[in-house]
Amino acid sequence: MGSAAPYLQFEQVTKVYPGVTALGGVSFGVNAGSIHALMGENGAGKSTLLKALSGSHAPTTGQFLIDGKAQVFNSTAEAMAAGVAVIYQELHLIPEMTVAENIYLGHLPTNRGIVNRKALREQTAAQLRRLGESVDPDMKLAHLPIGQRQMVEIAKALTRGAKVIAFDEPTSSLSAREIDKLFNVIRELRAQGCVILYVTHRMEEIFKLCDACTVLRDGRHVRTHETLAKVTPGLLVQDMVGRDIADVFGYSSRPHGAVALEVTGVEGRGVTEPVSLEVAQGEILGLFGLVGAGRTELLKLLFGAEPMTAGGVKVHGETVTLRSPRDAIAAGLVYCTEDRKKEGIVPILSVMENCNLSARKAHVRFGGIINERWENANARKQIESLNVKTPTPQQLIKHLSGGNQQKVILGRWLSTKIRVLLLDEPTRGIDIGAKSEIYQIIFRLAREGTGIIVVSSDLPEVLGLADRIAVMREGAISAVLNRAEATPERVLAQALPLEKNSAA
Amino acid sequence: MSSPSGKPTHPFIALLDRAGMQLILGVLIIVCWFTVQNFGSPENIMNLLLQVTTVGIVATTMLFCLASGNFDLSVGTLIPAGGVLCALVLRHGGNLVLATTTALAFGAVVGLLNGVVVARFKINALITTLSTMMMVKGLAFVFADGKSIGIDNDTLLHLANWAYPVIHNRSGGILFQITLPVWVCLGLFAFFGFVLQRTTFGRNTLAIGGNEEAARLAGVNVNFVKITIFTIQGVVAALAGVLLAARLGIGDPKTAQGSELSIISACVLGGVSLSGGIGRMSYVIAGVFIMGIVENAMNLLNIDSFYQYVVRGAILLGAVMLDQLKQRR
Repeated sequence: MGSAAPYLQFEQVTKVYPGVTALGGVSFGVNAGSIHALMGENGAGKSTLLKALSGSHAPTTGQFLIDGKAQVFNSTAEAMAAGVAVIYQELHLIPEMTVAENIYLGHLPTNRGIVNRKALREQTAAQLRRLGESVDPDMKLAHLPIGQRQMVEIAKALTRGAKVIAFDEPTSSLSAREIDKLFNVIRELRAQGCVILYVTHRMEEIFKLCDACTVLRDGRHVRTHETLAKVTPGLLVQDMVGRDIADVFGYSSRPHGAVALEVTGVEGRGVTEPVSLEVAQGEILGLFGLVGAGRTELLKLLFGAEPMTAGGVKVHGETVTLRSPRDAIAAGLVYCTEDRKKEGIVPILSVMENCNLSARKAHVRFGGIINERWENANARKQIESLNVKTPTPQQLIKHLSGGNQQKVILGRWLSTKIRVLLLDEPTRGIDIGAKSEIYQIIFRLAREGTGIIVVSSDLPEVLGLADRIAVMREGAISAVLNRAEATPERVLAQALPLEKNSAA
Repeated sequence: MSSPSGKPTHPFIALLDRAGMQLILGVLIIVCWFTVQNFGSPENIMNLLLQVTTVGIVATTMLFCLASGNFDLSVGTLIPAGGVLCALVLRHGGNLVLATTTALAFGAVVGLLNGVVVARFKINALITTLSTMMMVKGLAFVFADGKSIGIDNDTLLHLANWAYPVIHNRSGGILFQITLPVWVCLGLFAFFGFVLQRTTFGRNTLAIGGNEEAARLAGVNVNFVKITIFTIQGVVAALAGVLLAARLGIGDPKTAQGSELSIISACVLGGVSLSGGIGRMSYVIAGVFIMGIVENAMNLLNIDSFYQYVVRGAILLGAVMLDQLKQRR
């Protein structure tokens, strides 16, 4: 292995989004007839790499060599034509169509424009047999369990002559039996000479299934292990976490006051085990977990944005009945959303409007007439104190950079009287400079006595900001660690999914 | 001001951006004044003002519906239903206050129903108000027993023709006057324009239209705002119906057919966004008058009403495409 030129070679693949470099010159090779794992934390660049490979987001610079031929795909059709298929976590299938139609969609066998049902059925059945599936080709896809749908997706890729097949965390919603079956199919594909790129978070899958492994971190290539013989899980974790958590955060401990937020036995959608937490005034609690661990869901429950099925919340010792976000805001419990575009800003309104949206009702006159003087003064005050870069308060917020949008959202809450601040991925998609400004704002608020929960997928960020760290795994809190005992390895170990009992 | 890309824009383009439709309205008035015979006569202006009142009145609240990202078709049948109910109560000996209250209450109930279904049950506003539009249309015919009901209440007829100021010509006839329905329309322009710009209710309306989830998570009572908008819309549509019936002297279930589309097109023509979040009363006023003037001019030019539909449709399509171009830039 490794002597022949790799079948698939990434060459300096770079992807720059406004303000963020998602991939910074990634180069490595994948051999034909091998299963190559791709690992990294959330945001390390795995998904971006797959999107570049599938043609859905062309790289900014760089290229792929496939069988020695330089390629850049500008559409999924181009990628498909070159024999590349990516199988995403969310399958791209049409539930209301039959299995056969899904597999051959776009190149259905026809007779002068009329679909040849018989050929369609037979070809589908043959294709599925190769994968060891005996599904009725005329079955509606919606009736299949997720494991079989994945097989349909694989069959679809194979009928298009895919030679390079990438899987994006394919086992995340499969049962142990389905996983075994999937692994057998993947091994079969390897035997047929396919190139398999396998993205996963699960350590044990790598050692069970894969031949080689590449680790990405912060959009950069860390290391490629051509063989896994001498690789240990500990080594991979170190590669994934890697960087020194230098004191770019400027953390210093501060005195904590009485309890700001008390959460007891909270349950709801996405939070499978009752969660109990306490955050003191002036304390920053980091909440770490992989994507899908239930962090955002938990914050939304605490904010009243989603209904709680059990449990209670106290702010400064007083019980808060949470029927809607308004109740939370009235109690001084506020939430900065993870998805700024969808849930944070009102893009077509001005910076001033976005800033004053929540606080203005406390300053109206005659029961509802806006106090223009307050509106102007408050917008100016927040823009100044948070250093929002905007030409005027009247500028539409959608024209601001992500970091400045985030500061406006913070300004929205700082215009109200806050006691507890829930921050969900406060620096996602924000450039380094604005990031450190936001960290300083967080520390300042904590010094002023606000209780803060920071959710982040960025482990160094959590470790750099938090006084204490709670780790979530699969909808439950798996550990709460003090700053001193929270090493990256320990936190990550608590966040990674537990091994599933699988017999293969 | 600068454009999205940060490049300074030509002052003329910036002016077009901000006041595009108002400018077009101005040009339209000047062109019609000089090319269409009788367009500038006091009598025609009186007519024109009166003609646009029904659409104008309902457009003031349709602005809120559209600005919040919603839609209300039921106004088209609430207008005749309001008129019919008012006439019916008067016919059965009720006084003017009772008659008007009944009509407005009916509008409120229909609006409330629209609002609750759209806000609480999350049903698409198009389908919801299409359903209530049909129901109200049927009810209007049921109330009127299929016929139109004459109004003989002197107070109401007198009110509908009350005018200030009244300017007489030399022979003692009326040269120019502004009647009550026109004043109501102007008053609602001012009132709802103020509400949209200067109250939390108005700002929340725009925030909901701009990003409903963000507004909810910012503590805006989304359902309350939506339900209130639909309820007020119902009341105002019924009020327009009462005024129309008073002006015509009959409550007729067949009047104002298709007016919901004229109202929505007037708003959109003026620059109110169909997808919500963008809207001002000045846009609505421009849209209402552009539509009204085009119709009026075509009437004066004796253009067949069949062609008028084609022209009005083309104007609306053109305006929407212009708006799209403006936003894409």
